[in-house]
Amino acid sequence: MSKIKLTIDNRQVEVESGTTIYKAARELGIDIPVLCYMDLHDLNIENKPAGCRICVVEVEGRRNLAPSCSTNCEEGMVVKSHSVRVLNARRTVMEFILSDHPKECLTCLKSGHCELQDMAVKLGIREIPGEAIAEMSTYRLDTSPSIVRNLDKCIMCRRCETMCNDIQTVGALSAIHRGFMAVVAPAFEQNLEHSTCTYCGQCVAVCPTGALTEVNHTNEVLRHLADPSKTVVVQTAPAVRAALGEEFGMEPGELVTGKMVSALRSLGFDFVFDTDFAADLTIMEEATELLSRLQNHLEGDGTARLPILTSCCPGWVNFFETNFPELKDVPSTAKSPQQMFGAIAKTYFAEKQNIKREDMIVVSVMPCLAKKYECQREEFSTDGNPDVDISISTRELAAFIRQANIDFKTLPDEEFDNPMGESTGAGVIFGTTGGVIEAAVRTAYELHTGKKLEKVDFEQLRGLEGVREASIDFNGLELRIGIAHGLGNARKLLNDVRDGKSKYHAIEIMACPGGCIGGGGQPFHHGKSEILKARASALYREDQDKPIRKSHENPFIKVLYDEFLGEPNSEKAHKLLHTHYFDKKKRITIKQ
Amino acid sequence: MSSIKIELRQQDIDKIKEIAASFGNREHELINVLHKCQEHFGYLPAEVQEVVAEELKAPVAKVYGVVSFYSFFTMTPKGKHPISICLGTACYVRGAEKVLDEFKKELSIEVGQTTGNGKFSLSSLRCVGACGLAPVVLVGEKTYGRVAPDDVKNILKEYND
Repeated sequence: MSKIKLTIDNRQVEVESGTTIYKAARELGIDIPVLCYMDLHDLNIENKPAGCRICVVEVEGRRNLAPSCSTNCEEGMVVKSHSVRVLNARRTVMEFILSDHPKECLTCLKSGHCELQDMAVKLGIREIPGEAIAEMSTYRLDTSPSIVRNLDKCIMCRRCETMCNDIQTVGALSAIHRGFMAVVAPAFEQNLEHSTCTYCGQCVAVCPTGALTEVNHTNEVLRHLADPSKTVVVQTAPAVRAALGEEFGMEPGELVTGKMVSALRSLGFDFVFDTDFAADLTIMEEATELLSRLQNHLEGDGTARLPILTSCCPGWVNFFETNFPELKDVPSTAKSPQQMFGAIAKTYFAEKQNIKREDMIVVSVMPCLAKKYECQREEFSTDGNPDVDISISTRELAAFIRQANIDFKTLPDEEFDNPMGESTGAGVIFGTTGGVIEAAVRTAYELHTGKKLEKVDFEQLRGLEGVREASIDFNGLELRIGIAHGLGNARKLLNDVRDGKSKYHAIEIMACPGGCIGGGGQPFHHGKSEILKARASALYREDQDKPIRKSHENPFIKVLYDEFLGEPNSEKAHKLLHTHYFDKKKRITIKQ
Repeated sequence: MSSIKIELRQQDIDKIKEIAASFGNREHELINVLHKCQEHFGYLPAEVQEVVAEELKAPVAKVYGVVSFYSFFTMTPKGKHPISICLGTACYVRGAEKVLDEFKKELSIEVGQTTGNGKFSLSSLRCVGACGLAPVVLVGEKTYGRVAPDDVKNILKEYND
């Protein structure tokens, strides 16, 4: 690549050809404001529609201002990023955007995390000329089980469209209409619920404003906590502890497991448990299923379908039910940890505590918005009583903690309750891409070979590459593993499975880029992919520090099987811990 | 969006497939495929868009995005006698808007809509190159020049068949 020299704000910089002015400026420490632009470089995700024009700069010799996010540097270019002309243009653009934006900042769910609000502050907007007479484009509110669309607040940055189409290949959202009426919506403007949406929540994760948000369930939790007749049990997903601290000004990647437990207890939950416990349980069931399918396959049983696909991720489950219904027998039948937790809490634990099912409320704290939909699925309830009553996101928990006047940073570290709070390192790494399969390998290896695994770290399964593969020697048997995160990457592996070309025995899939650490319910990363990396390494750190790092060695899991379930994949285990999938393909009706 | 729900017949689906195939089923030919489909069906109901999406392996949302973006594409069937009122500069300054309002009133429909009996549909367009006749109205292939609001009733009467 050839190098080119240019001048930005009177300073010289040398960059590789093909570099944008925006990126060249960053090398000089000049932070040109961007609004629609988003660059998650570690994940190869870039949104560059050059639509908002906030990032315009003056290029000497050009008549028009240039959008720096999408204008490449040229040799000898002289750029001004904050001339009077630029600042005036930037402000005018912002005033136009704001003139068609509801002024509901005080009550908006996104307030304090809104990039549009931050931009108004940065640009020093103090009034919006013509505000009183400006027409506002309005759109009906659309609520689904997981996501709320309030398109009055859409600024057409089209980040959600990039995530939904280019990265996830879900294709639920597209820009529709034109000019003033333009918004992002599902086909024929039907509700999200009737579209191909998987509720992965990546649109919410990148939305700069309050146009796309989660369905807020904190008030329901509060109501149950205030009801003395209810025993309220909470479970927390692995990825939550690696990100919750960010909401309280702590560094990304700072583990707050102990403080989180302490906060949940202060909030009034009767039992503070860990989804990681259920993750260990998932591994017991999934690894056993993998080995039995593998065994049958090796013995020539043509009905034993391989590769086995992980099934912990509800966005991913929704994706294959909609896009690959013909493969619905391929994923593991093991329920997700969230649902296994609920099923065990409302049977085994409720019996132990002598609590009636209807008097127990199970709340989950998840990095995920698809979990809200998952816990509402009919098959996950008994006589209309759901195994998991309410799922709230990491962000909702943070808001809840703030409302309860808890000074999170100064909380003492506390331990989870038992029996469903004990977990191994294997359960912890469920929260990041590659973690579920690594946990499964640790257990499957020992179950299959009968030998002790000396080195439990499988570095070859880790990383942020979209599709990864590894071979692991199972005492002479080479186990071939595929990993994909982001549904677009999953689709690639799935196409091969459908066409009978897949070479893998087992495939792990997580819907969100980075895995659950990058989930749609996590604190907003605002386009900084280093935050996701920090969260992933936090989980590997917690794994490393755990005294037990293999799911089958979790003492409380052993007790659970001894006292209640029998053995993995037993009839009782199947009844409580396994599920089946549905064909949810959207089909065209044909009149014959 | 259109509230019309249709059920496609197998021959309709085959026709869409044939059109898509004639463009190599390439996604970037979407606009051309939609043009041909509208030419054939007269409009682009949701069901037609769904088949187009499937054939071009594009999300339906994207197909709808294109259909809703271009004013040429329509999701409601045109009437037996499609009425177009020119709102180009020359026609506009000579009172085309008042003529349009009169059509709306007489037919009780808005621009882009079709009367309940399927007889008339109303659309506006920009300049048909007959500015000397402004304001201009087209009904099907027939052109009416120097139209005043008072003429509207008589024009519609011509189509009392």
